[in-house]
Amino acid sequence: MNGTTNDKEESKAMILLLGLRRGGKSSICKVLFHNMQPLDTLYLESTSNPTMEHFSTLIDLAVMELPGQLNYFEPSYDSERLFKSVGGLVYVIDSQDEYMNAITNLAMIIEYAYKVNPTINIEVLIHKVDGLSEDFKIDAQRDIMQRTGEELLELGLDGVQVSFYLTSIFDHSIYEAFSRIVQKLIPELSFLENMLDNLIQHSKIEKAFLFDINSKIYVSTDSSPVDIQMYEVCAEFVDVTIDLFDLYKSSQQVDKSGKAVQARPRELKNVSQLGNGVILYLRQMIRGLALVAVIRPNGSDMESCLTVADYNVDIFKKGLEEIWANSRIST
Amino acid sequence: MGRSGSGKSSMRSIIFSNYSAFDTRRLGATIDVEHSNRRFLGNMTLNLWDCGGQDVFMENYFTRQKDHIFQMVQVLIHVFDVESQEVIKDIEIFTKALKQLKKYSPDAKIFVLLHKMDLVQLDKREELFQLMMKKLQETSSEYGFPNLIGFPTSIWDESLYKAWSQIVCSLIPNMAIHQTNLKKLKNVMNAWEIVLFERSTFLVICSSNAVNGETLDPKRFEKISNIMKNFKQSCTKLKSGFKTLVLNENIYVSEISPNMVCFIVLNNSEEPQSMVLENIRMAKEFFQ
Repeated sequence: MNGTTNDKEESKAMILLLGLRRGGKSSICKVLFHNMQPLDTLYLESTSNPTMEHFSTLIDLAVMELPGQLNYFEPSYDSERLFKSVGGLVYVIDSQDEYMNAITNLAMIIEYAYKVNPTINIEVLIHKVDGLSEDFKIDAQRDIMQRTGEELLELGLDGVQVSFYLTSIFDHSIYEAFSRIVQKLIPELSFLENMLDNLIQHSKIEKAFLFDINSKIYVSTDSSPVDIQMYEVCAEFVDVTIDLFDLYKSSQQVDKSGKAVQARPRELKNVSQLGNGVILYLRQMIRGLALVAVIRPNGSDMESCLTVADYNVDIFKKGLEEIWANSRIST
Repeated sequence: MGRSGSGKSSMRSIIFSNYSAFDTRRLGATIDVEHSNRRFLGNMTLNLWDCGGQDVFMENYFTRQKDHIFQMVQVLIHVFDVESQEVIKDIEIFTKALKQLKKYSPDAKIFVLLHKMDLVQLDKREELFQLMMKKLQETSSEYGFPNLIGFPTSIWDESLYKAWSQIVCSLIPNMAIHQTNLKKLKNVMNAWEIVLFERSTFLVICSSNAVNGETLDPKRFEKISNIMKNFKQSCTKLKSGFKTLVLNENIYVSEISPNMVCFIVLNNSEEPQSMVLENIRMAKEFFQ
């Protein structure tokens, strides 16, 4: 791949992560992209320079994190070019702290960003909700949404679409939110969703996700509503697969080196059946993506179900390859 | 047994009640003795006595309740907090317990766990463990328990499973039968390795591998325990238990009896799946 920085800026698959200081931006990055344990993020230093995280799934994506204490309107800082080049803007609000400052700051940033780049997606993470009680979460969200709305109205920007998410790094909500955010930047999303819909219709699949293996963000899912529990199960299934695979991978290579090292790298495949007959199914697709599906056989036997699923997934994978090839040509 | 705050109840909750390490923060102090019964491997019952560690209760154990507490003990698991300030006092209590044990149940097995090892710097852990073990070894042999077994543990990694596996294994009577059966199964299936786990706790019962697994991760059993337990937990979200898992056609995880789960790694992945599954099915009757 010869994706230079220029290419990426043109393809606009860049997410800008900003917010006041100590809002939890670096923690989000570390947990999502470096598999850091949420508790370890307590010891992160304050970020002083913009940092970039690249991860390439179906699209090449970069998440850029800006230090919180930065003044974006300093003339020396080339914020105009920066805001023009990004596709999504994620603002992190610390819900456990006083958030009036953050909302004012957010409104200012939205005003500026919108002026420079009207197509930008604006997302707000109401972060660190793990410490709030269930009632308080709803209150905080309503309060923040309302106040932001008022601020924007004052600035004459009431047409701007802002999406809100309640997140915490201690559960799966941050993955869910980022999945939604990333999905907005994938132009092929509707095709993917259609393909997944087709796939699940014909193979007794209840729910299918297309995961990025490293970050466990899902790039796409079928059009049935996402049940967060289902997502958690699938994400954990990805973990299980990779962990178990890694445990015995090295030994097997050594084992085989005596004879002949296996020529083709095997694709990951993992099938697990649960007590009530539900089957969890994982197949590796292209470019670090994996399809994870929950299959409910409903009486018919597991083998025939899997055969059908295998066959259909093969077709799905071919489709994915084709889409990928085409999107490469067009960009 | 152990001083208050050393992590006894956390351990028990993780191993036997499917808590995650994070959840244990919610546990409060244990009042007096908390009894729990666990069925283990079908015919075995584990009676766990989790003794609260506040000094008030402790005093009680050694004076008024001593014949009740220390009667018919099979295993003493004494937990030491590595961060503790009063090491001398910790050891003193340990010796008190040993004294009672010698009187009431001299055949008991003694295990010590140096707990909360995650709070010690990586390079210091080994040294600290050796130092502490030497000291404890001395004290315990004085009271007639010469072969003391110790483990460094932490709830945040797999060391906890390792310790508990060995403790529980020491209680299983027909270990040798399982071991030979497993060896046979390994040969029949031409497997790279087979590991037997207890079903509900996912503690390692025994593994087939002789020493030839030199290239394998020595901590793999505990890691598998950990991974599988997490997976089992996530299965509960789909309101179901775990049954089988086939990864890349060379790792098979399957129930082998109502109480055991086997974890099989095959040498080559070209064997047809149905044959492997049939082998597992046939093996089941030997592990009832």
